[in-house]
Amino acid sequence: MASAVTNKWRGIAGKCLVFGLALLPLGFLVADIINANLGPDPGQVITEALGIAAFQLLLVTLAITPLKKVTGWSGWLRYRRMLGLFAFFYAALHLLAFLQLILGWMDLWATFTKRPYIIAGAAAFLAMVPLAITSTRRMMKRTGRWWKPLHRLIYPAAILAWVHFLWQARSDITEMVVYAVILAGLLVVRARWFGVSSLVPLKRT
Amino acid sequence: MFIKQRPSWSVPESEVTPESVYLNRRKFMTGAIASAAALSIPGLVRAEDTRPGTVLDYKAAPQFSTDEKPAPYDAITTYNNFYEFGTGKQDPSRYASEMSVDPWSVEVEGECANPGKYALEGLLKPHQYQERIYRLRCVEAWSMVIPWVGVPLAEVIKRLEPNSDAKFVYFETLNAPEQMRGQRSLFSTIDWPYREGLRMDEAMNELSFLAVGLYGKTLPNQNGAPIRLVVPWKYGFKSIKSIVRIRFMKEQPKSSWEMIAPSEYGFYANVNPEVDHPRWSQKMERRLPSGVFRPNWIETEKFNGYGEQVAGLYKGMDLSRYY
Repeated sequence: MASAVTNKWRGIAGKCLVFGLALLPLGFLVADIINANLGPDPGQVITEALGIAAFQLLLVTLAITPLKKVTGWSGWLRYRRMLGLFAFFYAALHLLAFLQLILGWMDLWATFTKRPYIIAGAAAFLAMVPLAITSTRRMMKRTGRWWKPLHRLIYPAAILAWVHFLWQARSDITEMVVYAVILAGLLVVRARWFGVSSLVPLKRT
Repeated sequence: MFIKQRPSWSVPESEVTPESVYLNRRKFMTGAIASAAALSIPGLVRAEDTRPGTVLDYKAAPQFSTDEKPAPYDAITTYNNFYEFGTGKQDPSRYASEMSVDPWSVEVEGECANPGKYALEGLLKPHQYQERIYRLRCVEAWSMVIPWVGVPLAEVIKRLEPNSDAKFVYFETLNAPEQMRGQRSLFSTIDWPYREGLRMDEAMNELSFLAVGLYGKTLPNQNGAPIRLVVPWKYGFKSIKSIVRIRFMKEQPKSSWEMIAPSEYGFYANVNPEVDHPRWSQKMERRLPSGVFRPNWIETEKFNGYGEQVAGLYKGMDLSRYY
């Protein structure tokens, strides 16, 4: 009994900690805005920082299952939904910042139809929308056995986000290479552990 | 539809304090503070102008200067593309101090009567410094107004006496990986040193400028100390920094960006709103500094607004082909 209570509190404390950590990038940005610490092109800095935070959280979300496998502790799963929702939260802020701070809501049609890196980013975001919508317990029940294959959309979302990042590179791609290694690692371990077949939606039985 | 808005920080020219008045006020204030401090509490005296660099002796060149308001010194010196020090905009201001610029010499070679290794002072000494306030339009669709100090490129070239075979001028930036951390990067696609070039008639145009200073003082390293090119009607990457080599050539040289992505960056790289970069539009630019919540978009002008002086250079050329 006592240990169950302790576990419950531990779980809550853990969630608070993860919640706080996930808010840090936003906190730093707000502090920089208040202190006018973002240089002559603050819109660009804000937009980039939000995008990077979204991508990093997407990678952390993807790391949960491998972490569980490696450590044998299934407690990691508790934080997966929150991390995924934070990734979506930052992606949504990133998109809003791009529209307001960079574009100023101008030239929308050309931007979203003619610029490949924007299209890749928009596709990554669109892939995350159904995941966020179906993240609640109730939606999990309603989607039933389709929930799992649907949520494999996180793989194309992460890859598209990386492509979105790569296609903005002008000369030095060191950062992109580092992220590629991490992302490839996270995808490859899945293929190995679950067999490549588990990367495609389950068949109806 | 785009509406040209006056940026929040913009002031009409009539409100700008003439520099001489401003400097005199500074002198007066420094004097006043100094004497007050001497009378009361010692230790309160502070130099008013804390910007690094040596004060340069120059005269203004208003006929070549825009009356738009220059970007603040901090904006110009903390927001730079100088990939030798990293690709982040703040990397150059953080790491460019690792470059040593004194002594500095420039190797002059190729089709000219006076080749040789010139000490920087020797290259510049015969010339009177000018201040020119130019617009700088980056290929990334942002721009700034910058008060450069330097000498017209044509004056320097004339002294080097290029011969009739000199159709192009080629420039190279310092190549020193031990001083430039960006050159040590494993995944850079730039084949160092950074190279640029101009057609001879472009180089001899009255707007082409060799800058050695900014806001009246010698250039900070991140802005291309001790000597850099400024070609205001072309995208910023043509204005090569920290020059160590000038070569007069018969053939058109290849520039660094042309070598990396010829479909994105041409040799000419004239500012042109009609020719988009394959990845983004060039019709507009964000004039920096920009406010936090409102992008400061203005329309990009052909040849960055310097068409009157340079459009003749490209008569009969298809600028969508020779971009």
